[in-house]
Amino acid sequence: MKKAGFPQAARPELENAQLRRNLRTATQAIRGKRAAAVAELDDWEELRDAGAEIKERTLRHLDVHLEELERQVTAAGGVVHWARDAAEANALVARLVREAGSSEAIKVKSMATDEIGLNEALAEEGIAAWETDLAELIVQLGNDRSSHILVPAIHRNRVEIRDLFARELGEEGLTSDPAELAAAARRHLRERFLSVGVGISGANFAVAETGAICVVESEGNGRMCTTLPHTLITVMGIEKLLPRFDDLGVMLQLLPRSSTGERMNPYTSLWTGVTPGDGPQTFHLVLLDNGRTEALADAHGRQALRCIRCSACLNVCPVYERTGGHAYGNTYPGPIGAILAPQLAGMRDHTSLPWASSLCGACYEVCPVKIDIPSVLVHLRGRIVRETRDAPAGERLSMEALARVLGSRRRYEAAQKAARVAARPLARDGRIERRLPGPLGEWLRFRDLPAPPAQTFREWWRER
Amino acid sequence: MRVALFVTCLADTLAPAAGQATVAVLERLGHEVVFPEEQTCCGQMHANTGYQLQALPLVRRFVHVFGDASFDAVVSPSASCVGMVHEQYPRLCELAGDEELGARVEALAPRVLELSDFLVNRLGVEDVGATFAHRVTYHPTCHGLRGLKLGDAPLRLLRNVRDIELVELPQAESCCGFGGTFAVKNADTSAAMLTDKLRCVLDTGADVCTAGDSSCLLHIGGGLSRARAGVRTLHLAEILASTG
Repeated sequence: MKKAGFPQAARPELENAQLRRNLRTATQAIRGKRAAAVAELDDWEELRDAGAEIKERTLRHLDVHLEELERQVTAAGGVVHWARDAAEANALVARLVREAGSSEAIKVKSMATDEIGLNEALAEEGIAAWETDLAELIVQLGNDRSSHILVPAIHRNRVEIRDLFARELGEEGLTSDPAELAAAARRHLRERFLSVGVGISGANFAVAETGAICVVESEGNGRMCTTLPHTLITVMGIEKLLPRFDDLGVMLQLLPRSSTGERMNPYTSLWTGVTPGDGPQTFHLVLLDNGRTEALADAHGRQALRCIRCSACLNVCPVYERTGGHAYGNTYPGPIGAILAPQLAGMRDHTSLPWASSLCGACYEVCPVKIDIPSVLVHLRGRIVRETRDAPAGERLSMEALARVLGSRRRYEAAQKAARVAARPLARDGRIERRLPGPLGEWLRFRDLPAPPAQTFREWWRER
Repeated sequence: MRVALFVTCLADTLAPAAGQATVAVLERLGHEVVFPEEQTCCGQMHANTGYQLQALPLVRRFVHVFGDASFDAVVSPSASCVGMVHEQYPRLCELAGDEELGARVEALAPRVLELSDFLVNRLGVEDVGATFAHRVTYHPTCHGLRGLKLGDAPLRLLRNVRDIELVELPQAESCCGFGGTFAVKNADTSAAMLTDKLRCVLDTGADVCTAGDSSCLLHIGGGLSRARAGVRTLHLAEILASTG
């Protein structure tokens, strides 16, 4: 069954005053940092062009690059697996964890494993997956859902986190000082790092020509997970690929400035297969499709697959800033989620999301790989109207009727006159403010409408 | 210059004063204004709501009506509808597989200009001889700011209006929440955006909020009216047409 659409899901979020405040503070702070970090570079626009071009070129020859990656990873002692969908990927990872002789795994923050619901799937198999990214830990401990790509607990403030740690980690007497909160998390995580034998990660990038996997993070906890365990399993969407090692030079400039507003990423981990005597001795790479191949078939929509998960588009989005991430009902919120989620679902789910935007264009302006999000939103709206039954029947009928009216000057002018007559009993003192059904009623819930003036422009023009 | 006015269906029907003011400004500057009466709507609402196929006849109609070679420019008091022609028409032609229409759009689009863009960047005029003795704040609409990249063209025009007291709008670049059918399909979210915009407008203490799109002004003005805020909305053209 389809989940409730965005308009309904947004309503309770909009009324949550604490959430609104947290989001306003957090998005505006990150927005400012990003703008400052980007302004430092004279060649930012050229970097964006290069980023877009690298990703676009990779997507066009994805099959070739993926096979190259498989060869290189295998040659470096890794094992490559292919997973068509979430169920296949989850079953595979569960099997690999068990084969490694473990019933636990420590996790690097990863969107792909969130997308496939890996933690829940592992739990059903009796495997405990421990999130080690501080914000993911907060989400996991609170039995909560992530609401931001980069800052999953953006909807939580420090006081809420202190209460959560007191309750879930038995950390009594904490203050809401960030350093104290981090220290409490560290006490909890250290134990896992030193005792769990399997690490699970996602991948920010994978380099086809060398087989290197790249994970970027800010805390160093990710590096603990990719170096301490004897077995490492990486789950990576097939679009995360870069053809050449040099391409990282572009991406590693674009990503930190766009996401955290930093010049350089604090922890950038790269590994190629396995190295005897150093780090994990078993490495599995799970290449995840889960709707990506189908998305690739859409020549305009597929630019969503360029995304490097920086979340700059979320931080500038006026819709996201007010509703937060949960209203989007999937792993990928905000403008990128609105074009990615329905495509990954083969346009069979999340079909209200492309309308969850005023098309203000702020997202396109900041996207480091120049995904023309507004244009893809409009494109996907069209696909949903044409290919599914998800557009309201009444809307379809009225749009078709209106198109007929606008298609002829005579009908158009008659409709202008009719609107004026129809508005007359509704208007008082030149404005309409009463409750009405339908789309006009939705307008009138929050705004007045001026009564149509006595003369249209064209009537005035004819008389002048 | 011989200028064809692309008034937009919204201004034609609900905000004729914006169209009248555009005519007044252009004529004051000595241009010949013509109004092709066969024009209806550019099709933006259909295209943006997902009804691209229904918008196509309107694209053809627009190209037919405004393709007249005797027009030196097609000028509109709407960044949003001009943006539709520049940004979306080429994609709609692609969707329809109509290369001939695409070529005609490509030839026409550079001549289709938003009013402030036409005045400042095409004509090089920043002082249109207006007088307007009120406290005014300017909201840059998304399609003007990020779509057409009008920059400070509208503000240059406003700064040259005599007796005007221009006050900067806080968080000016934030969307007002209109977004066409977004305002009714996601009315609650749209209202949340509008409320923040209204707060910023009210914080300026302005008597008048102006912008280059009647659609956004309908939204902001509708909110101000509902709140009985006592602040008027006027299209940029109306201020430029004013002579005190």
